[in-house]
Amino acid sequence: MFGFGILTGVIFLPLVGVLFILLLRGADAATLNNARWVALITTTVTFILALWAWAGFDPANAGFQLVEARSWFSNKIIYKLGIDGMSIPFVVLTTFLMPFCIIASWRPIRVRVKEYLIAFLVLETLMVGVFCALDLVLFYLFFEGGLIPMFLIIGIWGGKRRIYASFKFFLYTLLGSLLMLVAIMAMYWVAGTTDIEVLLKTHFDPGMQKWLFLAFLASFAVKLPMWPVHTWLPDAHVEAPTAGSVILAGVLLKMGGYGFIRFSLPMFPEASAYFAPLIYALSIIAIIYTALVALVQEDMKKLIAYSSVAHMGFVTMGIFTMTPQGVQGAIFQMVSHGLVSAALFLCVGVVYDRMHTREIAAYGGLVNRMPLYAVAFMVFTLANIGLPGTSGFIGEFLTLIGAFKVNSRVALFATIGTILSAAYALYLYRRVIFGKLEKPSLSGILDLSAPEIVVLAPLMVLTVFYGVHPAPILDACAAAVDHLINGYQAAFGLTKTAALALTN
Amino acid sequence: MYQAIVFLPLLGFLIAGLFGPLFAPRFSEVVTTSLLFVSLVLSFVAFADVGFGGQTAFVPIANWFTSGALKVDWAFRIDTLTVVMLVVVTFVSAFVHLYSIGYMREDAGRPRFFAYLSLFTFAMLMLVTADNLVQLFFGWEGVGLASYLLIGFWYHRPSANAAAIKAFIVNRVGDFGFSLGIFLVFALTNSVSYDTIFAAAPGLANKTMHVFGLSVDAMTMACLLLFMGAMGKSAQFLLHTWLPDAMEGPTPVSALIHAATMVTAGVFMVARLSPLFEQAPAALSVVIVVGATTAFFAATVGLVQNDIKRVVAYSTCSQLGYMFVGLGVGGYGLGIFHLFTHAFFKALLFLGAGSVITAMHHEQDMRKMGGLRKQIPFTFWMMVIGTLSLTGFPFTAGYFSKDAIIEAAYASQRPGAAYGFLCVIVAAALTSFYSWRLVFLTFFDAPHVAGAHDIETQPAEEHDETVHHEPGDHHGEGTHGHGSHEVRESPLVMLIPLAVLAVGAIGAGFAFRHWFVGEGFADFWKGALFSAPTNHIREEMEKVPGLVSLLPSVMMLVGFLVALHMYILQPFAARQLAEQQRLLYRFLLNKWYFDELYDLIFVRPAFWLGRLFWKGGDGRIIDGIGPDGVAARVIDAARGAVRLQTGYVYHYAFAMLIGIAAFITWYLFGGAR
Repeated sequence: MFGFGILTGVIFLPLVGVLFILLLRGADAATLNNARWVALITTTVTFILALWAWAGFDPANAGFQLVEARSWFSNKIIYKLGIDGMSIPFVVLTTFLMPFCIIASWRPIRVRVKEYLIAFLVLETLMVGVFCALDLVLFYLFFEGGLIPMFLIIGIWGGKRRIYASFKFFLYTLLGSLLMLVAIMAMYWVAGTTDIEVLLKTHFDPGMQKWLFLAFLASFAVKLPMWPVHTWLPDAHVEAPTAGSVILAGVLLKMGGYGFIRFSLPMFPEASAYFAPLIYALSIIAIIYTALVALVQEDMKKLIAYSSVAHMGFVTMGIFTMTPQGVQGAIFQMVSHGLVSAALFLCVGVVYDRMHTREIAAYGGLVNRMPLYAVAFMVFTLANIGLPGTSGFIGEFLTLIGAFKVNSRVALFATIGTILSAAYALYLYRRVIFGKLEKPSLSGILDLSAPEIVVLAPLMVLTVFYGVHPAPILDACAAAVDHLINGYQAAFGLTKTAALALTN
Repeated sequence: MYQAIVFLPLLGFLIAGLFGPLFAPRFSEVVTTSLLFVSLVLSFVAFADVGFGGQTAFVPIANWFTSGALKVDWAFRIDTLTVVMLVVVTFVSAFVHLYSIGYMREDAGRPRFFAYLSLFTFAMLMLVTADNLVQLFFGWEGVGLASYLLIGFWYHRPSANAAAIKAFIVNRVGDFGFSLGIFLVFALTNSVSYDTIFAAAPGLANKTMHVFGLSVDAMTMACLLLFMGAMGKSAQFLLHTWLPDAMEGPTPVSALIHAATMVTAGVFMVARLSPLFEQAPAALSVVIVVGATTAFFAATVGLVQNDIKRVVAYSTCSQLGYMFVGLGVGGYGLGIFHLFTHAFFKALLFLGAGSVITAMHHEQDMRKMGGLRKQIPFTFWMMVIGTLSLTGFPFTAGYFSKDAIIEAAYASQRPGAAYGFLCVIVAAALTSFYSWRLVFLTFFDAPHVAGAHDIETQPAEEHDETVHHEPGDHHGEGTHGHGSHEVRESPLVMLIPLAVLAVGAIGAGFAFRHWFVGEGFADFWKGALFSAPTNHIREEMEKVPGLVSLLPSVMMLVGFLVALHMYILQPFAARQLAEQQRLLYRFLLNKWYFDELYDLIFVRPAFWLGRLFWKGGDGRIIDGIGPDGVAARVIDAARGAVRLQTGYVYHYAFAMLIGIAAFITWYLFGGAR
């Protein structure tokens, strides 16, 4: 297609939708509806295109596939795209979630509808770009550029304290991204290129690796987010409109984890090993600390936001175990969390649209009038807890089993998180759903509407499907993860080491 | 066939869950119950095939997940242990389904109820057929989920919701150990599949390993961690607090889940993993001590409870302790045998209690009952049979299984066995006392009119929340008891299951002892229960002196006579005793104050820490030093700027562009060199 490949298509197709929306004149209801339809069709077609890319993807091949490269700034900084087993799940996840965001915004968003849809479509382009970019500068552009539409979404269509939330977002990410930019420059200085494929084969001096690692960590840790740079997330979630939260939790957080797997581990193996204890410590703190904080939240969205931080703790822990189980588990956990937390935010959105409050205390006894909603919320709550048979279990289990092999104490503390997650999630469910319906304001509340069912049902099906059959995702990334780990171990001249030495 | 046994209940769950609300409740009842009965018939066939035909089977279904060396399959392992559990589970479940048609007849949520029951049965069957630790864990958490849903079935009651969450979280604490145990086994053997880890187990005996910063015996550590899961599920001492509260669920649930099947999953797990536990004698000693302590502790609490279901619940807790003592001394057959007989008589007792509760119009407080034997004679006789079996009356089911455990505890040389013997023999007398107390309070004596001459009312009033009324009682307050209400026998659909279970409660011990624990042991189990060559418990049991064999029956008689004295012959003796020993009485009535203790050391600190981290950690420290502090300066600088939201986006974009520009500039310089 015009000399470009399918990945270019997936990335830039949403911009075609933007073009169409810009061409629409007028602000009457019919025009706005047309704009919504354009956005929905564009995102759906993009998703189908991403599925097509997935179909053309060979999971047995550990290298980059569907590669396309063009010179951009001379031949040093290039426009280069490609996917491997560690990025394709995220491409598909991103494009999968977008149509749901458009549907979920159909009714609630009433002001500046066209601008809102454009922001989302641009955001999709940038997010997909992050996962496909094979050039560091290109990656940086997509990675940081994605924040601008997100800012607009929170800042314009957000809640009461949106300004404060934007501030936090701004301050945290600015610091992280500038450090990463410096690191990118330094890497270019050494390698003479920003081509990721070349950089992956470049060996950086161990002393330099540490600085580069820290610079990338600054950016990824904020994005993920890791404790203690997580406090922007609850505020951003609370203020963001429902679809904004969905994308924030579903995709944007995953960029941090993806960054670790794509850059930190393979490019700075010595530094990764050196800093792994630090990451473990931060992960454990995230898992336990934020779970306890989630327990006492009074705002539904904040509670789920804090639970996201706890779940991301499993991701960072899994990645730095450098075991197949740990890394695959982390990737799976990210995809699963993308589905489950997105669904949970959609669930909150359902009642928020009706009652315009996220206060847990404002609800109670919803099951009496909303049985379908109760079922959907229950399934996602269970997945959030990590009940076997839901997708939440696989990621948690794999990261923990990987961690145990490397450091049993890390696994010991992280497993405490599985108790706490049950506590805060069921406690939330009990306060919102169970009990008598006594509040007069709730007496007329309606059960799920047809569009809401259309949004939640596929997520429910996938949550359970990936719980009993996670192979599509695990198999997709298996070869690439093996490749990653082999490369990591080669850096140390290691062969397989048994972590648990047995003696008589 | 095995697929059908396991998946028919799942089918029932799906049909009742998806389509139940569209039809009359009768539809869900009939579908789930008949599917369960099909499953039951097939289980009998499987039992005959495997137990007596010797056709052990391995049934692969599909791969679940694979990651590196970790390969987890969906597969069924069908050996004698599995088919015994299949029969127990489908038998009790099928009759509980049937019974529930009668018991729940006034409840609007019947489709949901029957869906949950079938979901539970499916998860339980997955648990007992599992071929690897992770599938076991799947079933394990699945039954936990079903238990959570069913305890909280009457979701409008705060106490039911609290009990449901408590059950789930306490079980999660046990599962915390269980999962660490799985991780450790995987770290040791590189597998989670039974065949591989059982084969590797002998080679791992007496190996030391470094884990959690300690140097410990590998197998002991693994078994103790796994046993922690068993303690949670089987409500053993320290993790028992959820089981009495679980009585908030409808009574058929208590019979199926919290008596006959789910709570015995821990016993099943230890027996299933006998090849591991045999290599860890120290862990088995812990099993004895925990089991024995539970047997004694729960029996003491059972002595003074006034809620009919709670008495039976504590009895269950105590009997599970017996099973663990049996396992701990190395008699895996003994533990499973008691599990088998207990399923009959305890389900019978619970369903009988349910029948009493129905007759009393959802009254559960025994102090408000009395003299019911004339009004509901059939239920009365069923309860008597259950009680005889539970207390080990000669030649009933409980007699064979329970007395065998007591003998084995006496015979065993393992450290801790003496303590175990002491506890279970005392608990035998206590069991007899509280069981007959229940019968006497409920069925004998004159009807107790509330407030008139309640036997233990006085000291108990301050703790009245331990007694609950099941909902569905639309007769209003003050009309409880039978002074104003006719007490009727339950419908036939409830009485038939009672009769069937009663047959089991009488005959299951005599009929199967030869196979489970007698000479047919080896032929029947065919290695499903592993005994190390050093395990001589079965020979040692034969050398037990006759006096010891007689002792359990003596203790049973003692318990019976004391109960008879205190509740029939001298009706005020119990109250006098309670007043004399006020402290002890309150200690027992309040369940050794475990709930209060846990609230103090776990629940409150968790919330306190959460608040501290939130307001202090996140709010004051992180935000205070970080963004808020910086933001305050930024606001100062930006005051008077244009509209904020766009303004900061521009700032941000601007910063990024400068960055890019700087980079490109530098690149051009670099390129020029």
